[in-house]
Amino acid sequence: MSGGVDSAVAAARAVEAGHEVVGVHLALSRMPGTLRTGSRGCCTVEDSMDAQRAANIIGIPYYVWDFSERFKLDVVDDFIAEYAAGRTPNPCMRCNEKIKFAALLEKAVALGFDAVCTGHYASILTDAAGNKELHRASAEAKDQSYVLGVLTADQIAHSMFPLGTTPSKTLVRAEAAARGFSVANKPDSYDICFIPDGDTRGWLGERVAPATGDILDREGNKLGTHEGAVAFTVGQRKGLSIGTPAADGKPRFVLEVRPVSNTVVVGPREALAVKEIAGDSYTWSGLAPEHPEVAFACHVQIRAHSDLEPAIAQVVTRQDGGIEFKILPETPLTGVSPGQTAVVYIGTRVLGQCTIDRTVSAVPLATDSAATAPLLSSASASPATVNA
Amino acid sequence: MTVYLDHAATTPMLPAAIRSYADAMAVVGNPASVHSAGQNAKRMLEEARETVAASLGCDPIEVVFTGSGTESINLGIKGLYWARSGAQARSGAQARSGVQALAPRRRILVPGGEHHATLDTVEWLERHDGAVVEWIPLDAVGRIDLVALAAAIERNPADVALVTLIMANNEVGTLQPVAEVAALAAAHGIPVHVDAVAAYGYVPVDFRALAAAGVSALSVSAHKVGGPVGIAALVLGRTTVVEPLIHGGGQQRKVRSGTQDVAAAVAFAVAAGALGADPAAETARLEALRDRVVAGVTALVPDAVLNGDPTASGRLPGNAHFSFPGCEGDSLLFLLDVAGVSVSTGSACQAGVPEPSHVLRAMGRTEVESRGALRITLGHTSTDADVDALLAALPTAHAQAARAGMADRATGG
Repeated sequence: MSGGVDSAVAAARAVEAGHEVVGVHLALSRMPGTLRTGSRGCCTVEDSMDAQRAANIIGIPYYVWDFSERFKLDVVDDFIAEYAAGRTPNPCMRCNEKIKFAALLEKAVALGFDAVCTGHYASILTDAAGNKELHRASAEAKDQSYVLGVLTADQIAHSMFPLGTTPSKTLVRAEAAARGFSVANKPDSYDICFIPDGDTRGWLGERVAPATGDILDREGNKLGTHEGAVAFTVGQRKGLSIGTPAADGKPRFVLEVRPVSNTVVVGPREALAVKEIAGDSYTWSGLAPEHPEVAFACHVQIRAHSDLEPAIAQVVTRQDGGIEFKILPETPLTGVSPGQTAVVYIGTRVLGQCTIDRTVSAVPLATDSAATAPLLSSASASPATVNA
Repeated sequence: MTVYLDHAATTPMLPAAIRSYADAMAVVGNPASVHSAGQNAKRMLEEARETVAASLGCDPIEVVFTGSGTESINLGIKGLYWARSGAQARSGAQARSGVQALAPRRRILVPGGEHHATLDTVEWLERHDGAVVEWIPLDAVGRIDLVALAAAIERNPADVALVTLIMANNEVGTLQPVAEVAALAAAHGIPVHVDAVAAYGYVPVDFRALAAAGVSALSVSAHKVGGPVGIAALVLGRTTVVEPLIHGGGQQRKVRSGTQDVAAAVAFAVAAGALGADPAAETARLEALRDRVVAGVTALVPDAVLNGDPTASGRLPGNAHFSFPGCEGDSLLFLLDVAGVSVSTGSACQAGVPEPSHVLRAMGRTEVESRGALRITLGHTSTDADVDALLAALPTAHAQAARAGMADRATGG
């Protein structure tokens, strides 16, 4: 119970469904601020009190479990390391993967609990054979199945999401008010809970030592210098401080951040469009497909709250023997950065996810051999036919 | 039916104290008022002060009522520090003695493992008011190292503002040699404040004897002995000078201004008065229960470690404090709570998060050892049936907590 409205209503519904429920608030910061500032934060003293008051009203016991050490190691330090490596991580996903549905679930099961119940907007359905499947929520605007895309079959089997079938957040707030929860009108939390003022760049700047490096164009020509690659994110336009204009006179955008050489690659807006996404690290949500090596039609979501995009996907064995998950969006996507997670859906069902390691621009360079290589090993799976 | 084994946190109010509290609240009158209603309130207040004073072996004028044990400790420590370190105090002393200007007294000598009311107060004085805090080490059972204390004093007795120490540790229950500490300080005219909050009601607290040894001020709290929360006392020797924390109407020797809470004082006095009945018998009764807890727990969980002084004369009679290797204290607490037994991890909480015990750390334990701790404290309502219930619930709870292990720790994952 975070102290927010969703987990409070989820707990109340679980009790009414006949479960024996204990409220647990996760202490994720060793130094909780004294009070909430604005709508941010998820582990202040005030949030803990809000959670406890909701538990009191529901009539369930309430405890605070301290996962601050694990959180710092697995989420905060990982977030810093990922950015330092030029990637764009999603810390909420990492928290679900390592804390809420891992360390917390482990401890809970050991202490005699059956499941972790949260206020996430997502649904768990059971197929004909009795397998649990993770699906998008009824409230499409609030859907949080994306950040749960990392859950494995076993984790889903030990999870409950009572809000998944509620048509809207408004109804959840109304229910919270009817139940007498003081948090009924508490603002939603946004952004990253451990960066209370929301200034991610500033926060990272204090933790990652900046070093001057080159700004290059796609052909490798030096256009200028930057004062730390970590300050840049793919798709960024402002703050490049390149003296000379582009030959075509158009604005330039960050296309790539290369931490090893500490260089930032810029280019025209069109070059941001990505026609291929691939990653070595992927998991299946629930039952794995029988033949993932055969290209299949799906939808892909690449950020929390971004749209579902039609695509085809496939598990591919590379020439070097490595195995990767490859996704070809029907229409090239923008705003894709390594480190992000691509979650793959079949209809409303979450099929799995992969952490993006590589992308291929939809605008090829004359010298870019990757752009001319065959994208999929199965010749029959052309996007146009599969997605028809 | 909940089995309550956390009397060190707070103990049930005596039914007689509750009745007196309610009755006294119905009486109108500010004890500072001149009219007869005020005089009546004043009479009730001063009768209460006499009873509380009797339970502490001090004179009524030496009892300063406060709002909490923490406030008493703050007043004792800050009040003494300000009175002793201030330029005015030093120039006054200089004028009287005719000696040359003296450097301000800045050192506060304090053992490790004190209650947070003390730790945070001296650290605040260090950050904001020029204090120099010197931590005196504890031995493995939590007792202050007298040799180290003597050495710290001898290094320069003239710059020690005060010594403060706990009489009985609130976590592990170890009793401190208060009289010996006071004697070391008194040899150099250094005042000593004693935090007797955990000790009061469980071991004799005789302020006259302690004052003779050199103690200047002593803190106690009503709710630890069956009185209400919200009233406590600082016993302040007649000749002891402290700077007040609170200024106003000049009540209580001008040390603690504010309208005095007559009803709370009356209820406090009922609880304090009940202490005198048969202290030796109650001590023996609690010790017998505590020994059953210790024997039972160590039989059921052979690797459980009893913390603090294992000898009966060296610890609070109602205190049993254990480390359970491989278990998180908060897992055990949760599982016993679900089984209807209320115990404590004993250590301070921040937003409900148990910290590794700073007391066990001060006793030389590792951080991991300082986490699997559980405090079981008995009090006036405790019975053999309570101990039976604890021992019945423990094996399952311990087995489950051991399985959960340190899942929430980076080192245990």
